Amino acid sequence: MLHIVACIKQVPDTKIIKMNPKTNTMDRRTAPAILNPYDAHAVEEAVRIRERYGGTVSVLTMGPPPAVKAIKKCIEIGADEGYLITDRRFAGADTLATSYALTKAIDKISKIKPVDLIICGKMSIDGDTGQVGPGIARRLDIPPLTSVNKVVEIQQEKGYCVVHRKLEDGHEVIQSSMPCLLSVEKTINEVPYSPFPNMLKAARYEPHIWSVDDLEDVDIKQLGLKGSPTIVSKVWAPPKPEGGTMLEGSPQEQVEQLLSIILERKELFSVKEES
Amino acid sequence: MDFQDYKGVWVFIEEKDGVIAPVSLELLGAGRKLADKRGVELGGILIGENIKSLAATIFEYGADIAYVYDQPIFKHYRTESFMKALLDCSNKHKPEIILFGATSTGKDLASAVATDLPTGLTADTTELDVEEETGLLLASRPAFGGNIMATILCKKYRPQMATVRSKVMKALDPQPGRKGEVIEEKISLKEADIRTKVLEIVKETTKKVRIDEADIIVAGGKGLGSAEGFQLIHQLAETLGGAVGASRDVVEAGWVEHARQVGQTGVTVTPKIYFAIGISGAIQHIVGMKNSGLIIAINKDSEAPIFEASHYGIVGDAFEIVPILIEQFKKAISREEVSHVREV
Amino acid sequence: MSEKFDAIVVGAGPAGISCAYDLAKGGANVLLLERGEYPGSKNVMGGVLYRKMMEDVIPEFYKEAPLERPIVEQRFMMMDKESAVTFGYKGMEWGKEPYNNFTVLRAKFDQWFAEKAVEQGAVLINETVVLECIVENGKVVGVRTDRPNGDVYADVVVLADGVNSLLAQSLGFHKEYKPDEVALATMEILKLDKKVIEDRFNLEDNQGCTIELFGDATKGILGTGFLYTNKDTLSIGVGTLLSGLIKHKIRPYDLLEYVKNHPMIRPYIQGSEPQEYLAHLIPEGGYNSMGKIVGDGVIVIGDASQLVNAIHREGSNLAMTSGRLAAETILQAKEAGDFSERMLDEYRLKLLNGFVGQDMKKYKDSTHHFDKFPQYFDQYIPMMNKAASQMFTVDGSSKWEKQKKIWSDIGSTKEKMKIARDFYRAWKVIK
Ligand SMILES: Cc1cc2nc3c(=O)[nH]c(=O)nc-3n(C[C@H](O)[C@H](O)[C@H](O)COP(=O)(O)OP(=O)(O)OC[C@H]3O[C@@H](n4cnc5c(N)ncnc54)[C@H](O)[C@@H]3O)c2cc1C
Ligand SMILES: Cc1cc2nc3c(=O)[nH]c(=O)nc-3n(C[C@H](O)[C@H](O)[C@H](O)COP(=O)(O)OP(=O)(O)OC[C@H]3O[C@@H](n4cnc5c(N)ncnc54)[C@H](O)[C@@H]3O)c2cc1C
Ligand SMILES: Nc1ncnc2c1ncn2[C@@H]1O[C@H](COP(=O)(O)O)[C@@H](O)[C@H]1O
Repeated sequence: MLHIVACIKQVPDTKIIKMNPKTNTMDRRTAPAILNPYDAHAVEEAVRIRERYGGTVSVLTMGPPPAVKAIKKCIEIGADEGYLITDRRFAGADTLATSYALTKAIDKISKIKPVDLIICGKMSIDGDTGQVGPGIARRLDIPPLTSVNKVVEIQQEKGYCVVHRKLEDGHEVIQSSMPCLLSVEKTINEVPYSPFPNMLKAARYEPHIWSVDDLEDVDIKQLGLKGSPTIVSKVWAPPKPEGGTMLEGSPQEQVEQLLSIILERKELFSVKEES
Repeated sequence: MDFQDYKGVWVFIEEKDGVIAPVSLELLGAGRKLADKRGVELGGILIGENIKSLAATIFEYGADIAYVYDQPIFKHYRTESFMKALLDCSNKHKPEIILFGATSTGKDLASAVATDLPTGLTADTTELDVEEETGLLLASRPAFGGNIMATILCKKYRPQMATVRSKVMKALDPQPGRKGEVIEEKISLKEADIRTKVLEIVKETTKKVRIDEADIIVAGGKGLGSAEGFQLIHQLAETLGGAVGASRDVVEAGWVEHARQVGQTGVTVTPKIYFAIGISGAIQHIVGMKNSGLIIAINKDSEAPIFEASHYGIVGDAFEIVPILIEQFKKAISREEVSHVREV
Repeated sequence: MSEKFDAIVVGAGPAGISCAYDLAKGGANVLLLERGEYPGSKNVMGGVLYRKMMEDVIPEFYKEAPLERPIVEQRFMMMDKESAVTFGYKGMEWGKEPYNNFTVLRAKFDQWFAEKAVEQGAVLINETVVLECIVENGKVVGVRTDRPNGDVYADVVVLADGVNSLLAQSLGFHKEYKPDEVALATMEILKLDKKVIEDRFNLEDNQGCTIELFGDATKGILGTGFLYTNKDTLSIGVGTLLSGLIKHKIRPYDLLEYVKNHPMIRPYIQGSEPQEYLAHLIPEGGYNSMGKIVGDGVIVIGDASQLVNAIHREGSNLAMTSGRLAAETILQAKEAGDFSERMLDEYRLKLLNGFVGQDMKKYKDSTHHFDKFPQYFDQYIPMMNKAASQMFTVDGSSKWEKQKKIWSDIGSTKEKMKIARDFYRAWKVIK
């Protein structure tokens, strides 16, 4: 029986984030907290694998206490158990410190039931790095497989799985020993409308909540802000283009002006990564 | 950690089928500036099979040193094998900065390497600078859906690492015949030591974009007149590599599916560029797109409210303006791209 | 089949939440179903919440609930095209405990309120639409949701699904509303600096003001408008009978734009930024169009049972009271193990004999009356404005002369008689 752990994160919905133009800070009030959209696909994939091969799906998150809501969302999708690690000492973690804390939690979850597979989202929409997944894999010394857009097969007995990794111009078929860690693309599946019994389970579900003290062998120096090599030194609003300019001249001339404006963002006009 | 031991700016050179990815050449351009400011050498790391000859190319694009790992085991990119090579190289030669393209490969590799070193890694950088005295890398990137920019520092660890988005840095004009030093390296790594195998590589050509994830959205409104007229929007979107969006009235008329509706009862989008063509700019539409990076409106009616919500506006007939735009854009792009190496 | 509940409440608005809260508090196993992303996510209300009825559910809620501003001033504006006669009351006693009423934003308030019901033990499930009641042998035994494996059962189902309750309708409890029984309201939430709001409306920190708009706010169509102050937003809206919109061929959104650009209103909202646009129906048929509200295993509460006092823009309070009374009755029914219509009818009796029923009966003709005699809105309000203008314009003629002129302008003796009759009639329906 497989034990799959999906790492999930609660994030502010960046689509509706508003900035306070004076202070350059986010108006968090306007940005509701949601389950990181990529992670919904990670959980869904874990659930699908469980449906194919049997087993248990646990979700794990590090975050503030309201992150319980994101865990409940995962129970709706079909996860069996949820673990929240929450502690002031985790706060301010960058990807390195986050992967450290999550690894310690996975160690503990493994003691409850050995873990065969870890699934992460491609990236979080607030951290936006995609680094946490591979970080966890390295710390656990298991293979990281990023950009996964299909799980072909899982051979638990034989100890390997086969997946597709998306490339810029196609995909590669990879065989990896297990346990391993997958970071999945959104295209890997569609998250369906959850059945009612899951909703009921989620409404009543209370996740396991751990603080630093509940974890073992933790080096406090590697947690949170202290354990984060990167620091944000400066935050500013990207310069807004000259607003409200009406272009003038003949249609031909207007188009030429427009072109020079949009071609300043030339980097956009490439073969876009599909996600 | 003695920072004095760490010197030089490195770029991981991404290669496939014997061709260097454009982003790596762009990074050599950016790296050159950093290295010059610091008065250090610019290195490129080449890992692969039969890739030694590419060293000549990276010298032409600005590198002083090529660190080359040319072994059959590196035939395909794999996190574990490449990571081991990079760790080996970094531990031996101790650079102060390593840059990677923010491609699937670059990000995958950088994440793994940074964890093992360990050091800080800034993802998806769009601006790079370095403090001349300290060598502190100033890596800036958009955050929170592009709403803000943040500068990220890594003060206590070396090397400092960043992945950098494609097409934001500029490659230098190649200097034919420019020379550098090739340092050949080798690691002892057996196939059995590696836990993943590439079974097959499959090329695909189709691309599709989901509208709320697109960087460019070309949205059309009732002003296009008919489903046939609306084809113009599809054409422009295709030319620009963007997604097609629409106002509600267009969706209700059945010209496009609901998934493309932008606005209060449709999707909220924040692309980098939003075109509103033949859209009047009702508040319900505006709320769905007002946070876009650059909003361009084309409308016949100079009084249309959409202009108030736009950065740039063209008063004119879509059927006149858009075809010119498509034609001019194609020309401009083909001019820009000629010199470049294959896309990654 | 999933488990059976004591009660299922459909709809987490003020009615449903109050009911679920009291049921859970009374020890019942209650399921609260809401179609929105969270309670209040799509709910619409101008925003006046009445302290008394809310306190009947949660005493001293104002110490903790997310409220916007306690209202210390209520103004009424009788508007003409370029003028308005305004009156109102401001009293500092309303600015302190126990307060009179508050402005609220439903998206925040309902969410908080539902959280409270969950704390009492109610099971809340969002993003789930109830499609129909499951009826067996003439008795409602559960509901069918739109989710896979979505049937749920209970001894009693409470329909709190708001105006135009499709569920009550499908049980045959009421017919589809006629255009003169519902108003269509549109509103916007406008972002404006907190300090600017306080300056413009002459308010201290943490004080609120409401302005009700009549007459030209609705271009003379039967209806009203409103402008309320929140913490750092304004709520502005207009509502008119559907029949009026149809007759005058006006799109509701255009009407809202009209009000926003009205010279009496524009200065208040200048520089604000639209944050949200909402549209909603309000049941206005009153007592006369209330349908059946109790059946075997089912109770209808709140807007779903047409409980709105159109004249005094009250709705949420009636909704809460009905929810409370329904819970009371269901707990008794649970005790007795009897969920028949006869047993549950206790709810209807309590409702109609209490203030809700009294008010509903009292104003039963009001909407209808004003709908039948449009002159109130399209003639008398302009007349008032003209009169006030003449009276207050200093042009050298004496106040006596002015009064005489105003009086004669109103028209012939016969017309004056008619106006007097109209005012008497209006007084009778709303007094
Ligand atoms: C509750 C509610 C929710 C709504 N939700 C949404 C929503 O989510 N999304 C949404 O988009 N709308 C929504 N609407 C509808 C919205 O109010 C507008 O009706 C709609 O956006 C108008 O669509 P349009 O701009 O395409 O059409 P129109 O308003 O008809 O505008 C057409 C425009 O095209 C211009 N034009 C005409 N011919 C040409 C030409 N040849 N070249 C260039 N320009 C030309 C005209 O000048 C005009 O400005 C909602 C409305 C309500 C009431
Ligand atoms: C513009 C406007 C201004 C108003 N101003 C005021 C005011 O200032 N003060 C005041 O007291 N009243 C006001 N009202 C009236 C007040 O909003 C309502 O009377 C009150 O909200 C009724 O509460 P309710 O719980 O019965 O219904 P609602 O608040 O409408 O709640 C019904 C709930 O049921 C849910 N639902 C509906 N169908 C289903 C389904 N099939 N499955 C699951 N869930 C479903 C809905 O999502 C909603 O959450 C105003 C109304 C409007 C439109
Ligand atoms: N705080 C966290 N708790 C659990 N998982 C996380 C957390 N942060 C990131 N992840 C996982 O790592 C992935 C990549 O995140 P990021 O590196 O922040 O882009 C996410 O999709 C999650 O699966």
